[in-house]
Amino acid sequence: MKIARSAAAFALAALALTACAPPTSNNAASSSDEKSGTIRVWLFSEVNQDPKSAVVKAAVSDFEASHNGVKVDVQYIPVDSRAERFKAAFNDPSSAPDVAEFGNTDLASYVASGGLSDMTADIKAWDESKDLDSKILATTDVGGKNYGVPWYVGVRALYYRTDLLQKLGLEAPKTLADVETVARAVRAANPDMLGISVGGAAQFSAMPYLWANGGTIATKKGGTFVSGLDSAGSRDGISAYARLLKNDICPPQTCAEFGGNASVQQFIAGKSAMTIGGDFNYKAVAASAVKDKFAVVPVPGNTAGSIAPAFAGGNNLGVFNSSKHHTLAAEFVELLAGKKYQQKMFDAMGNLPTFSDVQKSVAASNPQLDPFIKTLAAGTNFVPVTETWSTIDAQGIFTGMYQKIVTGKADVNTATGDAAAAMNKVFGSK
Amino acid sequence: MTALTSAKADVSGTQSPKQSRKPTTAGASRRRALGKRGLEPWFYLAPAFIVLIALLGYPIFQLINVSLYDYRQAQVSGKAPLQFTGLENYQKLVADPEFWSVLGNTVLFAGACVVLTLLVGTSLAVLATRLRPWVRTALFVVSLGAWATPAVTGSAVWLFLFDPTLGLVNKALVSIGLTQFNGYSWTYDKWSAFGLVASEVVWCSFPFVLVTVYAGIQAISTEVIEAARLDGASMPRIARSIMLPMLRPIVMVVTIQSIIWNFKIFSQIYIMTNGGGIAGQNLVLNVYGYQQAFAASLYGLGSALGVIMTALLMIVTLVYLRILKRTGEVL
Repeated sequence: MKIARSAAAFALAALALTACAPPTSNNAASSSDEKSGTIRVWLFSEVNQDPKSAVVKAAVSDFEASHNGVKVDVQYIPVDSRAERFKAAFNDPSSAPDVAEFGNTDLASYVASGGLSDMTADIKAWDESKDLDSKILATTDVGGKNYGVPWYVGVRALYYRTDLLQKLGLEAPKTLADVETVARAVRAANPDMLGISVGGAAQFSAMPYLWANGGTIATKKGGTFVSGLDSAGSRDGISAYARLLKNDICPPQTCAEFGGNASVQQFIAGKSAMTIGGDFNYKAVAASAVKDKFAVVPVPGNTAGSIAPAFAGGNNLGVFNSSKHHTLAAEFVELLAGKKYQQKMFDAMGNLPTFSDVQKSVAASNPQLDPFIKTLAAGTNFVPVTETWSTIDAQGIFTGMYQKIVTGKADVNTATGDAAAAMNKVFGSK
Repeated sequence: MTALTSAKADVSGTQSPKQSRKPTTAGASRRRALGKRGLEPWFYLAPAFIVLIALLGYPIFQLINVSLYDYRQAQVSGKAPLQFTGLENYQKLVADPEFWSVLGNTVLFAGACVVLTLLVGTSLAVLATRLRPWVRTALFVVSLGAWATPAVTGSAVWLFLFDPTLGLVNKALVSIGLTQFNGYSWTYDKWSAFGLVASEVVWCSFPFVLVTVYAGIQAISTEVIEAARLDGASMPRIARSIMLPMLRPIVMVVTIQSIIWNFKIFSQIYIMTNGGGIAGQNLVLNVYGYQQAFAASLYGLGSALGVIMTALLMIVTLVYLRILKRTGEVL
């Protein structure tokens, strides 16, 4: 009796459910474009915040001086909780900023949420934009429209210990195969050291291997992406990277869990002979105990003299779709992401500029940047620009594939096949 | 609450000649009593009902509601049309082998945590009754310290202790000659990682069992034990036939609490295995749900997971209550 009654109540509830849909917000583009008022800006807070704040402050007073009746209100938000902050801003446009800094891998999902405003026309009309590195600008392109201006870029290169290699009479690796042999040789001579510290979860260290071997993560085929992880080239690149996570180079017990940061930390701690680290890691390495005993070269490709395509990480500045001041906001973006302030940001924070000419000029006066600039010039690559990539990333499909291989849970063919199938399912679900 | 209302109904039931003719179940008499008393009981219940509906009913309603839609970030922020998909989210989950392996992990992991927590807590409670007062106080202070430690802090400290290279545990093991623990990673293997997390969970949840069961033992009047002893019962017999039945309501409450808590473990797994372990080998339902609902912005699918989780917990609790009822005990 009791059960029948609760079943009836449940049925009634189910009926009520179908009648009212869950809440959604209306995030339509703002129709107004006011020429005065307050521009709210979100930037990421940094471990070393003061130099960034100083540059931004200068840009703000510059902007306020040249725009009458305009105030710029900058807020710094933590990178770790950005997803919640941005989603909340998309759901409640009244709490959203006008301008925001965001990671370039997040861009596609923000665009799919309707959160970002199309900046194609603004960029076209902007005289400095012709010098923007086209490969990097392409990371802001969704469906032929640009949704942000690249503010700075981050690429990874190969850090190695000059003292250890010299002692064994080894030269800096010239090919990816060299990396493996050098790493094995150093560990054989120094059993306490990792030959090269790489990680099962360090996806951006793994990508150059994939691309240098002619592999792809996914390619666009008529409207939707199709995973290329199970292609022959991809499998070669994935196996080559997985061979580094073996007991004679970087034991999976230690390295399978490493992300990019953890693997660089091993190098900084003097526990590894090589690592794949970013330009953004350079300061920390140069301040560590190994500061006089390391050098950096681009991650080599398969043939001597070539450079493996690097992942073009970095942050953009963009305008929110809900902004009531699109023109003003875009002008502020063009100021802060312009040549003058990119140069200042480089001086303050070491962030690599996204303008080809500014890159060249900073490289000329900073020789330590040379390997990174060379890597940029050799051509970079990117993750598939689709909102489904953030789902794939959150579900750990790409890194899980490497971890399954290096822990021996699956062989390369099975793991890549499974990962490709899982990716295709997510690509197709949109 | 059920016991209370049915008891009241029985009292009113005795006044009715109709009911005295045939023995009625509590449910039947309650229904009649309701008819007689009209809205009055509901009036008394209203404050509790309103709070429950606002704090529990509405969220559960929305959870079920969202689980029936294709509800992702694009739909929430109004970029894509909202589509009613019925049970599609559930079908997707049921068809996904990962869901089943995560469910299996959760059941095993939570089960082990429940059993271990109860064993450790109850044995220490029995031990506490036989300790000198100051030793007992020390035991309580120490375990309350563990209990008071926030899950996040506790997990971080345990992770430090079990760090492959710098952790105290590995250093101690190596120093007593177990050199294979030099650089040993406790989170590499699936079961050793689960074991590590389970010990942290037991560490911070056994004090609740300890305190509750100890209070229960203290509440058993000495006369009863004395009487049994006078009748010639041995100590094990007293424990089995006198103390355990008297402790049953308390053991039941702590068991249900433990089941619910341990099925809902999130922080410990999330922190200690870095969001679900190598290639997701240590995922449990709650972390999996977080990964799907928030990290991957698949709110519909995540809600379906939440509904399944709620249903499972209710079933487990109901079955447990039913078993206890059959053995003659009421809450």
